[in-house]
Amino acid sequence: MTILLALTAALLFGIGTYLVLQHTLSRILIGLALLSHGANVLLMGSGRRGTPPLIGAGDPDGFADPLAQAFALTAIVISFGVSALLLALSYRSWILTGKDEVEDDVADRAIASGGHHDKEITDEEEWHEEDRLNLDATPEDDEVAGPS
Amino acid sequence: MSALLPLPILLPLIGAALSILVGRSRTAQRVIGLTVLSAVTVVSVLLLIEVDRDGTIATQAGGWSAPMGITLVADRLTAIMLTVGSVMLLSVLVYAIGQPGAERNHVGFQSVYLVLAAGVAGSFLTGDLFNMFVAFEMMLTASYVLLTLGGGREQVRAGMTYVVISLLASALFVAALALLYTATGTVNMADLAGKVDELPDGLRSGFAVLLVVVFGIKAALFPLFFWLPDSYPTAPSAVTAVFAGLLTKVGVYAILRTQTLFFDESSRAGTLLLVMAGATMLVGILGAIAQDDVRRILSFNIVSHIGYMAMGIGLFTVAGIAGAIFYVVHHIVAMTTLFLTAGLIEHIGGSSRLSRLGEMVRSAPVVATLFLLPALGLAGIPPLSGFVPKVALVDAGLVSDQHAVVAISLLVSLLTLYSMVKIWSGVFWNPAADEPEASPHEVGRWGGPPLMILPTVALVVISLAIAGAAGPLYDLSQRAAVDLLDVTSYIEAVAG
Repeated sequence: MTILLALTAALLFGIGTYLVLQHTLSRILIGLALLSHGANVLLMGSGRRGTPPLIGAGDPDGFADPLAQAFALTAIVISFGVSALLLALSYRSWILTGKDEVEDDVADRAIASGGHHDKEITDEEEWHEEDRLNLDATPEDDEVAGPS
Repeated sequence: MSALLPLPILLPLIGAALSILVGRSRTAQRVIGLTVLSAVTVVSVLLLIEVDRDGTIATQAGGWSAPMGITLVADRLTAIMLTVGSVMLLSVLVYAIGQPGAERNHVGFQSVYLVLAAGVAGSFLTGDLFNMFVAFEMMLTASYVLLTLGGGREQVRAGMTYVVISLLASALFVAALALLYTATGTVNMADLAGKVDELPDGLRSGFAVLLVVVFGIKAALFPLFFWLPDSYPTAPSAVTAVFAGLLTKVGVYAILRTQTLFFDESSRAGTLLLVMAGATMLVGILGAIAQDDVRRILSFNIVSHIGYMAMGIGLFTVAGIAGAIFYVVHHIVAMTTLFLTAGLIEHIGGSSRLSRLGEMVRSAPVVATLFLLPALGLAGIPPLSGFVPKVALVDAGLVSDQHAVVAISLLVSLLTLYSMVKIWSGVFWNPAADEPEASPHEVGRWGGPPLMILPTVALVVISLAIAGAAGPLYDLSQRAAVDLLDVTSYIEAVAG
């Protein structure tokens, strides 16, 4: 049983790592979800197995380890919340850029090419205005979510 | 006085909830935020006095005894970090209130900020590795929201990088926890201290390295630092200031705590940490020199100076760790102040590009002074705050015969000075290269709104005070280092 859990965790970590290394945001998201599932399976496998740990439901020596399950539950809730936030972020990124890809860092490219391009961000309203202009400039038939 | 222990976590969380309830009134939110963080500061100072006088204290939240329950522990290191951290959180909150931008435009800013404060305090206070994971997540989730609050294109791009790398680190942390729990049957840190010793040598070294990697990502150690200079500069400057001051240092704290508490001399990742420290210092500062943007130069400087702390930790001597602790205190204050002045520079000049700024020493002499003092302190110019911790670290390195990393640290000090002079001459001294932008705000005699200037001045005064009180502070760091290397007091406090 433990070997099965360990193999499952290994498989999830393997696929997750592959997906996280991709250039498409949606694949990265799925990869991260698989990675945290792998970690949770590992947590589940870390405790002793046995009967449900309810007081009065049997011999305490035969109980499954409730702590490992509590850990896994907490970790699942946390990764669920953060995944939702990440989905919202990537949706926002898709609205702003029209692409489902990891963008380059503008300032990094500027340093590499020797030129500079940046703008200040204290005035958020003006900033959103520019984002909207960028959005309008994106052609309707722009390739969306193409695999890289 | 162990009743004080849960307060730095509880108060901000209650404050965050109240802050949502009174979301309609920004004034009420501000009153709650400032009151809560002032109270946390007072509690932290009381804790520091108490712990320094009577030694480590611990409490079991919920009444379940260790190792099952939720253990909160404060030793000298915890109390020092809490005190410095809460002073930073309070000053930056005042600054954020004074600054046009993030805090004024978003209902959620205050409550998310308080959750961040609770997460930071939780990471310092917890005596349980799993709760450290939970506190980290609390802090990180709040930081995701703060980083992407504006929702603009750059912020979303940088936010994605930051969230993805943090989630990866969290998955690794959970995996490390699962493996540790399988091997030892406990996640209570005091309990782990004894049980890890019983494991085979190879397994112990494996855990030591795994934990260095997990926390190295949060602390931005080479080669795990690349996300930091990419994501930090895009956030509003008050947010970046608190990230720069505190978040990476929570990673450093976790490395320091876990390495000293769990592992004995034979299995600590000392050499690995020293190599990473040297590379972090060098790569970080070279990155800083290549940049042309105040925020990006400062962000690379954070990375570079994490190397100094890792160097002190990697030595695993009382002198090395004492130097590292003192360096953490100095660096939190200096870095936060520098990012606050960077915010002021942007407020006045309308940009953070060196090429678009110039001759600000005429238009904003106050800001120039506020920048110069922590900048020289960061480079370690005597008698400012960076000098004594650097001397302590170099001395500790020489005593331990680690000449290579000492040489690198001295070279990096010089290069830090160069990068600071680059900002100084680009922003304050030389005329602007490109057409300077007109100031978007009314600048006034002091160079900014009083609520932005005041906290910056306060932090500069604190950093001067650190330099002035270097002797007693170093003694305190030394006592904290003795506590860390002799783990019996920690274990007894939790068990008793």
